[in-house]
Order: sequence, then structure tokens, then C-alpha cells
Amino acid sequence: MMPRDLPALTVYSAAQLLHAGEISATELTESVLDRIYALDNTIKAYLALTPELALEGAQQADAALVAARRTGSVAELPPLLGIPLAIKDVITVEGVPLTCGSRILEGYIPPYQATAIIRLLDAGGVLLGKTNTDEFAMGSSTENSAYFTTRNPWDLTRVPGGSSGGSAAAVAADLCLGALGSDTGGSVRQPASLCGIVGLKPTYGRVSRYGLVAYASSLDQIGPLAKDVTDAALLLRAIAGHDPADSTSVDAPVPDYAAALQRMNGESKPLAGLRVGVPQEYFIAGIQPEVESAVRGAIDKLADLGADVRPISLPHTDLALPVYYLVAPAEASANLARFDGIRYGLSVEAESLWDTYRRTRGQGFGPEVKRRIMLGTYALSAGYYDAYYLKAQQVRTLIKADFDAALAEVDVIACPTSPTTAFPIGERAADPLSMYLADIFTLSLNLAGLCGISLPCGFDGQGLPIGLQLMAGAFQEERLLTAAYAYEQATEWHLQKPVIAAVESQE
Amino acid sequence: MALSLAEVEHVAELARLCLTDAEKSLFRDQLSAILDHAAVLQGVDTSAIAPTATVLPLRNVLRADVSRPSLPQEDVLANAPDGRDGFFAVRAILSATPKSS
Repeated sequence: MMPRDLPALTVYSAAQLLHAGEISATELTESVLDRIYALDNTIKAYLALTPELALEGAQQADAALVAARRTGSVAELPPLLGIPLAIKDVITVEGVPLTCGSRILEGYIPPYQATAIIRLLDAGGVLLGKTNTDEFAMGSSTENSAYFTTRNPWDLTRVPGGSSGGSAAAVAADLCLGALGSDTGGSVRQPASLCGIVGLKPTYGRVSRYGLVAYASSLDQIGPLAKDVTDAALLLRAIAGHDPADSTSVDAPVPDYAAALQRMNGESKPLAGLRVGVPQEYFIAGIQPEVESAVRGAIDKLADLGADVRPISLPHTDLALPVYYLVAPAEASANLARFDGIRYGLSVEAESLWDTYRRTRGQGFGPEVKRRIMLGTYALSAGYYDAYYLKAQQVRTLIKADFDAALAEVDVIACPTSPTTAFPIGERAADPLSMYLADIFTLSLNLAGLCGISLPCGFDGQGLPIGLQLMAGAFQEERLLTAAYAYEQATEWHLQKPVIAAVESQE
Repeated sequence: MALSLAEVEHVAELARLCLTDAEKSLFRDQLSAILDHAAVLQGVDTSAIAPTATVLPLRNVLRADVSRPSLPQEDVLANAPDGRDGFFAVRAILSATPKSS
């Protein structure tokens, strides 16, 4: 295998080659780092690289691989041994600077490891670096990063989506084998859709939030971004499970998701008996026609695979956007109160403590973060709490009830991930409401606390990827993954790779 | 609903955010537009609907009351702009009163 092919490997296929001794972890990590050095000036997926950490991890993995081959215990090796991974820069890695895409945390070095990182490292993962994000995960394009905008590997003039746009672009451009992101209103699924990869938002409580910098605590979840469904299954299993350090993590068994996928191989009607609901409210005016036709085509394919497809209704869908943009900013305004120039990050000297707070926050936060802090503070303030925050929480109950009713009738819900394919950089930056519409199909799931996945289901006329979103009930990730896997195995969308224009063509 | 500049300044004060004049007028317009969009919620009858603060059943999570290792003090203070004698250092607050910026 040529070194330049190594970064294109999936997690699963790389593990096979590592186990067989056909490649070494060091070789694999070096090849991915070389590709990052060659291409990331163009893609701008990474905020910071950790090559020493990566090579050290790779060497340890090689030692373990050699020892296991000698003793015939390769099957017992941890599942991600020697696999180079990227981490969204809202998740703490001990000793590695964390910015959250914000100036206010510039220079901050976390003294502790996020639980998801502990688990990835225990599983043998190799950490390449921290990926770009909209500031504090607030955005749908990475344009709200205080540092730079990540480019979509399919078209460098377009956004990768967000807020986990750095992780999505890194996966799509083979600048890592898999990545972690976080999803508060669609921030894993929407960039996965816009970059033509797989992104999974776990059930609220499935993955520990310890070490994930809080944006909206009742909505946030860490989730994997991957080249295919099998890899998403492997990454999810590694990070999922109860954690005493996060009181909202749920003590429920973590199935071997990838094994469940393997069991489906060879079935001609792998989705026989699966009830798939299609919500009419997700096919609205304003959706890009090519997105609608690709998603409807994917739903027909699910039926071909044996699924029982039927229309359903989620009647309060049009209220999810206003509910989200009251609930999430309200929680954010409380969570981001901790950034005040006293314990970490930027601190602006002033005459009084009050002015230190005000000036640090005024200088350290970017426009979208200020806007959401203001919106949330307003919605929680005396005189407006009942009309805005309480009202939004009550309508959230109705949105959740829509899902409960629908999921009593069907097993999985199928719809578009995003109403459009990747939009041009700058197109929506000046109009917050138009940017908020990018998440219109992903927000509801977070409000209901359920799980969802985006996977490639086609391309538009300009060659930009389109994502199919599947949603399922609480802790039904295995059902979600098996449905996604059946579709993926019957199609070839996930095998398409972007040609990084003006860079790879010169090689 | 249109916010006034005075309301924007009041909210900024509550949020401890120093805003420029340009930001104040920008946020007045943008927040007004977003709140207009949210006005659709006022038409929903929620008189009999309980609020959802979290999708999980609310409960206390308890653990055994035993001491365990925590982060070393110097590690915690390492990121602080100013620390003294194992504490975070801040300006005196008793003489300072909050005032609008």
C-alpha cells in the first residue's frame, strides 16, 4: 500500500491492517501528519496539532501490536489501537491548549482530561490535534471561529458546516481517520451532511459531557464523525457509557454496535420489519429541490431493503427553531458566566472587579457569542422569564411529545439533515436568522434528547454532498446504526472522495 | 418587538458585557428580529403544559461521602492571571459598586 493511501483508510480497515502487521501505527500516523502538513494550509481544519503526542501514542501502539502478535492475542487488543483521531476544540485534552474557537480562552491549558478522551486513549486512539469550531460551538459554518474559517473539502469557497466543521472537514479530506465533535442543535450532523461523511448525535446521557465545555447543558452531546457507519459504531462504543463525573450520563449497557452491523451482512432484506416514518413537516418550501429528491430517493431505497415506510407527523416542528434559540442561549448565558478573567483565559486589567468582568468579556467574546448571551440573559430576566424562557420550555414539552407519539408508531424517522448543501463562505454571516435556518432539521432532536445520524445519500448539480438524517428513540443507537448501515451497504455515496482543488491536482 | 437601546444596555449590564455603541445598535436590531421570530410561541396554548428543563427524569445523584484525590492546587491556579498564596487574586469588591458602562 502506498503511503498516500494510508490516510484514506477507515478506522475498521486500518485496524485490520495493523493487526495483520501489514502497516505500523507509526507509519499510519506519520502518513496522516504528512497529509495534514501538505493540505491543512488549504483546508484549515485544525486549530492546533499534537504531533509529539500522536507519535508517542503510535509507538506505544506498535509495541502493543508486536507483543500481541507474538503471543497470539491480537483479538484482545483495544479496538482503536493506533488509530489517528481528531478532537473538536471544545473537549479538554490534558496539557493541550483549549480555545473553544474563542479569544477568551487563548493560552488556557486544561489540567484535566475529558472522560471521552480518557476512553479514546484507553481504546488505543492516537490524538492528532484539535479541530476548528464556531466559537463555543455557536454556529453552523465555522465562520464564528475567532481564528479562521474552515474550508469545505468539496468546494474550498464553501463552508464545511458547523459547529464541528473542523472535525467534519478533517474526516472528509482524510486528515484523520475519525473525529469527535459535539452536537447541541445539529453541530455533528449538519457538518457531516455538508462534508459528505457520517455524523452521529447520541442520546442525551449516552456519552459523558465531563470535559466538554458547556454551551447548553440540557442539549449538548459529544458524538463521532466518521468515514462510514461502521467507524461511527466503533467510535461511539469507545466513548459511550456511564460516568460518575457527569450526573446526566445514564447507566445503561453499551452494546457492541459494530458486531450488530456485521451480523446483517448477506441479508437480502436487512430492514424487513423496520418501520420508517417520513415526517411531512421536513419537506417544506425552501428546501433545495436536489436535497428533497436525493432524500426521497434514499427513503425509497430503505423500502427496497425491506423497510415498512409510512408518513408520520411531527406537528410542532416549525416551533423548534424559536424554542431552541431561547432555551440554548438561556443556558449559554449561565454557562458562559464563568469566563470572567479571574480563573483562566483572557483577563483585562481594570479599576474595579466589575470592569474586569465587563471588559474581559467584551473583548474576549465574538459577536455570535455576545448575541446569544444577550438573548439568553434577556429571556431569563425579570419580566420576560415567563413570556420567553418558560414558554419555550413548555413548547419543548410539545416537541418531545411529538417524537414520543411518532416513535410509538415507527422505529426510525427519515428526513433531510440540512435544507441545503454547503453554502458559500460569507453568504449568511451578516444575517443571524438565515444562519440559524441551517439547523432547522436537526434542532428538534436535541430538544427531545434522542439520537440521530447523518449519512451521505447523494450529490447536487454542483457536486456537493447531501445528507440523509435518521432519528430513533432514546438509547436506540443500535437500531439507528443498523438502518444506516443497510442503506450504506446498498449504495456507494460514502466511497466518494473530494479532490482538493488546486492542491492535489498539482501533485 | 423592538428593543430600546436602554433595554440593550440593561441586559448587557446584567450579562457583564462591555459593548461598543455600534454593538449596542446592532444587537438592538438583531435581537428585535430574533424575538419577533420567537413571537410565534405566544400563539401556542401552553396553559396545561409542564415545562421541560431536561429530558431525563430529575433526580439527585449521590455518591459515598469519602474523600478522594483532586487536582493539585498549583495546577488549578496555573491558568489564573493572578494568584497569591494558593488563592485566586481579585480586586477588592467591597468598595466597588456596579455602575452602567
